[in-house]
Amino acid sequence: MTKNTNTSYTLVCGLEIHAELKTQSKMFCSCKNDPFHAQQPNIYTCPVCLGMPGGLPVANKKAIDWTIKLGLALNCQINLFSKFDRKHYFYPDLPKGYQISQYDIPFCENGYIETSEGRVGIRRIHLEEDTGKLLHKEIDGKKVSLIDFNRGGVPLVEVVTEPDIKSANQAKEYGKKLRQILRYLDIADCDMEQGGMRLEANISLADQPDTLPNYKVEVKNINSFRYMEQAINFEVDRQAEILDKHETPIQETRGFNPNTAKTFSQRIKEDAQDYRYFPDPDLAPIHFTQAQIDTLQANLPELPEELIKRWHDQFQIETKYADQLIISQDKSKWWQELFELAVKLEVKPNDLVKAVINKKFVVDYQQPIATIIANYQKENQTDSLDESELSDVITQVINQNPNEVSAYQAGKIALLNFFIGQVMRKLGKKVEMTRVKTLIEKALS
Amino acid sequence: MNLNHLTLKNALDLVAKKQVTVEEINHDVDKEIAKVNDKLNIYLTLNPEKNSSDQDKPLKGLPIAVKDNFCTKNLRTTASSTLLDNFIPQFDATVVTKLKNAGGHIVGKTNMDAWAHGSSTETSQYGRTLNPRNTDHLPGGSSGGSAAAVASDTCLAALGTETAGSIRQPAAWCGVVGLKPTYGRVSRFGIVSMASSTDSPGPITKTVEDSAILFNLIAGADPRDGTTSTDQVPDLTKSLNKSIKGLKIGVIYLDLPGLEKIKAIYEQELKIFETLGAKVEFAKAMDPKDAISVYTIVQRGEVSSNLGRYTGIRYGFDRSHFGAEAKRRIMLGTYTLSKGYADQYYTLAQKVRTLFIQDYQRLFSQYDVLVAPTSPGFAKKIGATKGEAMFGELEDMLVEASSLSGFPGLNVPCFRDEKTNLYLGLNVMAPMWREDLVVQVGDAFEKNTKWNSWRQEQ
Amino acid sequence: MPNKITTAQVDHIAKLANIPVSSQEKEQLAQDFTTTLDAITNLQKIDVRGVEPTHQVTGLENIFREDEVKEEYMFTQDQALANGENTSQGYFVVGRIIDES
Repeated sequence: MTKNTNTSYTLVCGLEIHAELKTQSKMFCSCKNDPFHAQQPNIYTCPVCLGMPGGLPVANKKAIDWTIKLGLALNCQINLFSKFDRKHYFYPDLPKGYQISQYDIPFCENGYIETSEGRVGIRRIHLEEDTGKLLHKEIDGKKVSLIDFNRGGVPLVEVVTEPDIKSANQAKEYGKKLRQILRYLDIADCDMEQGGMRLEANISLADQPDTLPNYKVEVKNINSFRYMEQAINFEVDRQAEILDKHETPIQETRGFNPNTAKTFSQRIKEDAQDYRYFPDPDLAPIHFTQAQIDTLQANLPELPEELIKRWHDQFQIETKYADQLIISQDKSKWWQELFELAVKLEVKPNDLVKAVINKKFVVDYQQPIATIIANYQKENQTDSLDESELSDVITQVINQNPNEVSAYQAGKIALLNFFIGQVMRKLGKKVEMTRVKTLIEKALS
Repeated sequence: MNLNHLTLKNALDLVAKKQVTVEEINHDVDKEIAKVNDKLNIYLTLNPEKNSSDQDKPLKGLPIAVKDNFCTKNLRTTASSTLLDNFIPQFDATVVTKLKNAGGHIVGKTNMDAWAHGSSTETSQYGRTLNPRNTDHLPGGSSGGSAAAVASDTCLAALGTETAGSIRQPAAWCGVVGLKPTYGRVSRFGIVSMASSTDSPGPITKTVEDSAILFNLIAGADPRDGTTSTDQVPDLTKSLNKSIKGLKIGVIYLDLPGLEKIKAIYEQELKIFETLGAKVEFAKAMDPKDAISVYTIVQRGEVSSNLGRYTGIRYGFDRSHFGAEAKRRIMLGTYTLSKGYADQYYTLAQKVRTLFIQDYQRLFSQYDVLVAPTSPGFAKKIGATKGEAMFGELEDMLVEASSLSGFPGLNVPCFRDEKTNLYLGLNVMAPMWREDLVVQVGDAFEKNTKWNSWRQEQ
Repeated sequence: MPNKITTAQVDHIAKLANIPVSSQEKEQLAQDFTTTLDAITNLQKIDVRGVEPTHQVTGLENIFREDEVKEEYMFTQDQALANGENTSQGYFVVGRIIDES
């Protein structure tokens, strides 16, 4: 599990991922939700999101519906009764002195995402509002922070896992699957560089498998999957070293420095822990009926997991290729149509897909799918070939290269490619490789 | 007669008949303000715009005073705290928009207890307001400025807010009418939040009829306030001059210790109801002392949260500008909500709140309206609140339960002491959304007794 | 459950509440708290078994708005910044916040 130690520790890791929802308006007010493309700071504000006296929140229905959809897509139970709570702390980018979030009754609970290294449980998904943005500058020689509230109040969905993650790789896989689902449901763009999706990892090491350590270290401000991997790996080594000395790593929050690929200690903010949660009296509670949840469930699109499996069963598309194609519902629909037509025209869908992904075949998505398939067929036409013509050429090549034949028969089977190449060149035509290979192998044995 | 002495209704009638002009009325109001405001300290900011009158609109440009916790666009708004000394809102509170759209002319912003924290207007960081009925005494609070503006005829009507008594109690102390609508009836958008779950904006006026007129213009659902109800707003003027024969009136709180001095007065004044054909009975309600505790916790918790936005970064000055009372309430509220105590205090208080609501529902199943003294006594002398941390709460004891429960209440003057010129008020309460009943009963009382100082002039 | 508030507790609460208090004020506040809390202890004698807390007297539920931008409710940049003591080039300005190294 870890490299530099004699004892083997088990990684116990949970992730908290925030994603900004791409609604038209903010979570609790009717301001435009477009912080990344705003031409100027503080142009998308109002009395509510700027925390003016008397500003009152009113919840964005679409943001709530999308959160439920996400929960259903992640196999969660939906709480039929839910509410918003105030989470109090002071920070210049938080205008009201509290963030409207959810405390003890989040919209969704107890879901999961499957990964190749096992199931990652999802403890909860809740909805909250984003803060403004701070920029650090120097004005007239003085160090200051500038605040832009365009982002303040944007709907933010938070997905918290159980501490089920056992490797940095699994963390990455989980993160990518979550992002795929968010994009596939068309509820978030998850642009990590802009901060549209933010990662936090809780990392600790257990010295016995299936036990929970008595501490955890929180790593924040990770904005790519690669950095997350690096952060986890660094932490694992750092914590293992401490544990080896029979000490316990300090329970704290750490940041990640992408330049050094190391985590570093941040100020321990003990007081900040007391958020003084209480239900927001300005927001009425939410009461779903089971029928409403069922309708949302029925209206979920076929999700990436299911689609990958179905394309594999129906069209023999390899999983690794399918994964790359599944970006949005519109694109998936398009590929589905293409596959169906390809089958009709006796073209193997997986071959076409493989060619596209390996950049051997370029697709013009503006063209009708019939044209695309026709182009593919043309480029990959195999010339008709006489069985006897092929045998003749093979015999020629074998006779012309006695040294290579001996070497091959002595065990250098990699030379098969040499023979294939020679035969292909001599033929000067496009032929089906597998057929050639089989005949050559037969001739050489 | 000085035109500022007119009631809102009379002024509207006279203007409609073209017997007086709005300009003349505004002129007399301004004259009176110039005469008394330095001493009484009613207005903190006067509207430099004069006579924004529109004859076609319901209020025709008549002068209305607005409590200084309503955001008024381009007109300074302080909530009587120096923290907001330089705050010029860039937007109007919804109620202010409604007032303007109805043709109301905002005379100015009235003094209050800073952040609405109090029942005397003595916690204002701009000095106390004096009770126009007797300037050795306090006007009550937190809408003390608005009540005093009405009592001193430096406006034709006023707007205030009530969290627990802040409309009705100063109305009682100043001998004017104050209507606290049902919570959720009038939009809180743009009003400095105190206790979000009980804050109710409402009219403070010379007569019950004037309150009905103003209520009609400011009530109603607001898409920007998610706690307002979309229920049909009743036309309260339809409840005026309506017989109260057969109505069942329950009298509560009169037997409480501390009310001995005024009990006899109320018993005497309540007789008019029976004369008018209503059935009057004494009833027992839950001990209002418990309401003080509930209110203290709920209000301070919510206030400490609502005042978190005042940091001086986006507007106003920093938090060192909070006055002593504000600091105290924020601190206690923070403590109430802090780890380990939220359950002990806040949740418990909200449960006792449920018990009060259930108690009142029980009473309203037996009675159409409930009546009680609005305040345990007459307006207190200046300086009365010094050194008493709980002063506000005790004064509000009689109105706190109804504020916490959300249902409407109306104060009508019901007695005047000839020696001091100070008043007592009667608090008329009805079930949720039944402002029509409080107006009906309050109007009947006002028109059949001699305590309304403007009725005598007619 | 202690009813006596110490000045150390007052300190802690002042930090949470982001309120500056002088040592004089602390003493007074500690006293005020204690007095007020005594009045509250009274609540704990009430039987609230089986009683649900009331957070909303209106009984309203499911109050939402449609996902629409309403320009008429929004501030211009000037309006947003109009009351800021310290602004620069469209931003609100505060002293440097130290949080990352």
